[in-house]
Amino acid sequence: MMGLLQRLGATTLGITERIGRGHLFLLYVLGGFPSLLPRFGLVIKQIYASGVLSLLIIAVSGLFVGMVLALQGYNTLVDFGATESLGVVVALSLVRELGPVMGALLFAGRAGSALTAEIGLMKATEQLSAMEMMAVNPLHRVVAPRLLGGIIAMPLLAAIFSAVGIIGGYLVAVGLLGVDEGAFWSQMQAKVDLFDDVASGVIKSVVFGFVVTWIALFEGYDAVPTSEGVSRATTRTVVHASLAVLGLNFILTALMFGDD
Amino acid sequence: MSAEPVNSQQHSMPEAWVRIRGLRYTRGEQVIFDGVDMDIPRGRLTAIMGPSGTGKTTLLRLIGGQLHADAGTVEVAGQNVAALRSKALYRLRKRMGMLFQNGALLTDLSVFDNVAFPLREHTRLPELMIRDLVLMKLHAVGLRGARELMPAQLSGGMARRVALARAIALDPEMVLFDEPFTGQDPISLGVLVSLLRSLTDALGLTSVVVSHDVQESLSIADYVYVISAGRVVEHGAPEALQQSTSPWVQQFLQGQSDGPVPFHYPAPDYRTDLLADSP
Repeated sequence: MMGLLQRLGATTLGITERIGRGHLFLLYVLGGFPSLLPRFGLVIKQIYASGVLSLLIIAVSGLFVGMVLALQGYNTLVDFGATESLGVVVALSLVRELGPVMGALLFAGRAGSALTAEIGLMKATEQLSAMEMMAVNPLHRVVAPRLLGGIIAMPLLAAIFSAVGIIGGYLVAVGLLGVDEGAFWSQMQAKVDLFDDVASGVIKSVVFGFVVTWIALFEGYDAVPTSEGVSRATTRTVVHASLAVLGLNFILTALMFGDD
Repeated sequence: MSAEPVNSQQHSMPEAWVRIRGLRYTRGEQVIFDGVDMDIPRGRLTAIMGPSGTGKTTLLRLIGGQLHADAGTVEVAGQNVAALRSKALYRLRKRMGMLFQNGALLTDLSVFDNVAFPLREHTRLPELMIRDLVLMKLHAVGLRGARELMPAQLSGGMARRVALARAIALDPEMVLFDEPFTGQDPISLGVLVSLLRSLTDALGLTSVVVSHDVQESLSIADYVYVISAGRVVEHGAPEALQQSTSPWVQQFLQGQSDGPVPFHYPAPDYRTDLLADSP
């Protein structure tokens, strides 16, 4: 019994300490943001690495998700003779929920894992140490541009996911199922609100981009500098970031749409 | 064991650039350093020798301020490293370079960009001047022709020479060398040994070489510290050290497997161990 209690206490302390370290890490990294302004090229490079290189998987997934949404939505709406609302159903689902959430989950798997492995290996091969000895703070020079790059890339990826998804939905609805094209677009235009729907999706994806990149970078920086340590850290990134995205999505949705 | 210098010319040594007093450092239960005193003279090449696992790299990290001592002080250029705030510490680090054991080159940058890295980070020099400086440093290590290569395309010896060019890019006053001779083929070893000596003399560097390669270190060092089990066992000029009567120093210098330092990690009796029934 005592042993169990001891283990429970040790685990709790360990988790608390790690959360604390993660927040301190974030503070130090945010301290490097002002120095990024005159050297924005560093951030652009990271937007390319985590954003542009994730485009393919985001676009392909978006297309299929949009197509499936149209198929499923049609099956439900056709019973009520409301198939011209299919455009609204597809667009709202994508812009409010699936774009930010699916985008962030894919981002965690594609870009987050790469960030963790990169930072972890830089630590294991003493590159971060070498920078410190060259009087260059790796948290400012290496980690801060990656965090800002992730925060900028994620909403763009989510927007692309939604846009491609809507095109996928359009192809299935109009091309395959014979929904009226005019109704599809005009209903979407009338019912999707820029501030209520689009902006809430953008806010969500900014938050997700921040959290996923933060977790990925911290896991890499905190990794045990061995091959096993880096591989464990990469796994943790994907698991923790995905859970964080899903949990935060519920909280954000409740805050933004809860009182409707 | 004596901690007194074995050479009599110590009074002629220049002032100490690094002064270590009563250094104690532990990692978990393990005591790495226990009461180490050391003076590293300015403009000279000091070798710190000792068997693997005696914390030689740790000592360099303590000097560079990446680790903090549990007790005692490490002063570099008259400043207590542990007491410096990060800005002052980074200012001090601009005056030192460090050569890591495996080079620690930034793998996403070419050889040229690696050497240019500290210049671009810390100076506002025009790109044309940076190019000249980088080529001069690369020329000094014989790798001007390799500037376009990526670190993954370099052999271990070349990577270390690029790292050396990077370490001296900002013309530091002191360079810390972590095991510079390990894993080098005879030719690059010879090049590296003479490079270390000539750089120290030409640039007036304060060089600290941490190594367990006895012959190479003794051949170029002005002053040698031998550490073992967390203490300075002997120190002095290389010639004086070779006359040392300490059996420990003799075992280390001659590379004998038997002596005060056991070859075997502590283990139960060999015979009982082999005849034990349980797997």
